[in-house]
Amino acid sequence: MKPLDTTRLALQSLHRYPLRTGMLLLAISIGVAAVVMLTAVGEGARRYVTGQFASLGANLLIVLPGRAETSGSGIQGLLIGETARELTLDDTIAVGRSPRIRQVTPLVVGSGTASWRSRERDITVLGTSAPMLAIQHWTMQSGAFLPPGDLDVASPICVLGSVVAAELFDTRTALGQWLRIGDSRCRVIGLLAQQGLAGGFNVDETVIVPIANAQQLFNTSSVFRILAEARSRDGIQSARRDIIEIVKARHAGEEDITVVTQDALVSTFDSIFGMITAGLAAIAAISLVVAGVLIMNVMLVAVSQRTGEIGLLKAVGARNRQIIALFLTEAACLSLFGAAVGIAIGTGGTWLLRAAFPIIEFRAPIWASASAVGIAILSGLVFGILPARRAAALDPVLALMKR
Amino acid sequence: MELRGICREYVVGDQIVHALDHVDLAIESGEYISIMGPSGSGKSTLLNVLGLLDRPTAGTYVLKGEDVSSLDDDALALHRQRQIGFIFQFFHLVPRLTALENVELPMVLAGAAPRARRERATAVLESVGLKARMGHRPDQLSGGERQRVAIGRAIVMQPSVLLADEPTGNLDSKSGGEIIDIIEQLNRDGIALLIVTHDPAVGGRARRHLSLRDGRIVGDESRQ
Repeated sequence: MKPLDTTRLALQSLHRYPLRTGMLLLAISIGVAAVVMLTAVGEGARRYVTGQFASLGANLLIVLPGRAETSGSGIQGLLIGETARELTLDDTIAVGRSPRIRQVTPLVVGSGTASWRSRERDITVLGTSAPMLAIQHWTMQSGAFLPPGDLDVASPICVLGSVVAAELFDTRTALGQWLRIGDSRCRVIGLLAQQGLAGGFNVDETVIVPIANAQQLFNTSSVFRILAEARSRDGIQSARRDIIEIVKARHAGEEDITVVTQDALVSTFDSIFGMITAGLAAIAAISLVVAGVLIMNVMLVAVSQRTGEIGLLKAVGARNRQIIALFLTEAACLSLFGAAVGIAIGTGGTWLLRAAFPIIEFRAPIWASASAVGIAILSGLVFGILPARRAAALDPVLALMKR
Repeated sequence: MELRGICREYVVGDQIVHALDHVDLAIESGEYISIMGPSGSGKSTLLNVLGLLDRPTAGTYVLKGEDVSSLDDDALALHRQRQIGFIFQFFHLVPRLTALENVELPMVLAGAAPRARRERATAVLESVGLKARMGHRPDQLSGGERQRVAIGRAIVMQPSVLLADEPTGNLDSKSGGEIIDIIEQLNRDGIALLIVTHDPAVGGRARRHLSLRDGRIVGDESRQ
């Protein structure tokens, strides 16, 4: 029997029982669509989060006080860092002297209230210095960023994130206005363009002031983080060692800081979300196996429904292998069509998700779609074997006695 | 075709039923034989054994000089495909296929090229007078027409033997008569014809009558 004829006969019998075929197609396509959509969500989350950290800048090194572990670096330091000795402005300046560091900036973060005339808003105050703009790749909408100058000199100026500017000043010109933060006043010298989320906080809802002002405001002499930019991507590891050596020398020979590279952050999140995506795909794939069991069940019913026909096929010379091929082809066609419908549904659903949440780029990875189709066809074939063999094993005389 | 000492036993519960009990039978090519006997006498079993659908439990069956009693399933399928045409009481057409496709089916299984089998099947349908209805599916055909499709399917591979199990049993006498006319014409063209029937009018037309009772041949008479 020619493969084309086998396929045609199989398709004809699928066509003959539209309800049965439709139900099986539905079951398989739900499974495939689930794989496609769940991995699209997982992959979207992965892109989103790693994108967030990638936006911190490729050559970025983050220095935080405290050393939580004895080997390597990683996200753990960020989460459970204990402060042994605080970082200071002098540490920042010392780090900046390293030939492998292009620029460096300290960071102090706190919350406060900003008010202008009768308007008041809770904000995040970022105390930092001029290099921050370049290190974070922020862009100005108007005015200027903090001017370069000595870190320990306070100056009554501030730069507003776009949301803060819009909410406090509406459409009025914010530049040149005096803003009150806590009990100090500062003049607005610049507005940031919209930045979105970066590194976990929303820059648009912050007010940026010189580091010395922030230290006064929060009554501290320490620095929350030091952000440094290496001269080159290849130089990141040597820059990291430099920073550790410099601060160690300044902290009485004690290595009490953690240096996190943006690379390490990104790759950590990358692998976490990669794992989540794979897990989602595996869970969704279970539904494909369930669909396979369903195929087996329905094909077994089909074999007993078509007993007479099988007997006839044997009477006119069908070999056992041909009967197995017929039923397996039927199962394979079912899973193939189901997979195709599932890919279509999944792609459509992913498209809807993207339309609903444009901020996250939902897209199913190729490997997920491909393996969903593969598993669908495989489970159709594997679960089709039993019914097909049962059909082939029928005794033709008994089979023909059934009408 | 030659059967020597053929037995076929079934186990029903704890009883052994001898459906065929040491049957010896020789059939020449081109013969026209009717097989008659009461229900349960082994007529259908004999036909199934001759048609290689059923295996005898003992004895030797020689088909065209070859001992086929101990062949495997695939070899038997091949012999059925090439040597034997079946006609059943309940037609056994595949409901989702058209008349033409039903006739083509044995050629499809044999792997014939689409064009060759279409030409052959069309010619066969024409010879049984169904050319005009070859695009119809079985549920659009009358009983007589369905049986003619089944005859077409039985002869499309040009077998040497045609085995008919109550071919008129499910038809009115007019279309039954037409069916008998068609298969007798095939027999005159050289194909051996064995008909199992209850109907003495149908059985009486054959040149050789076999009577079965309790799995044995109790009568074997020929007329000119």
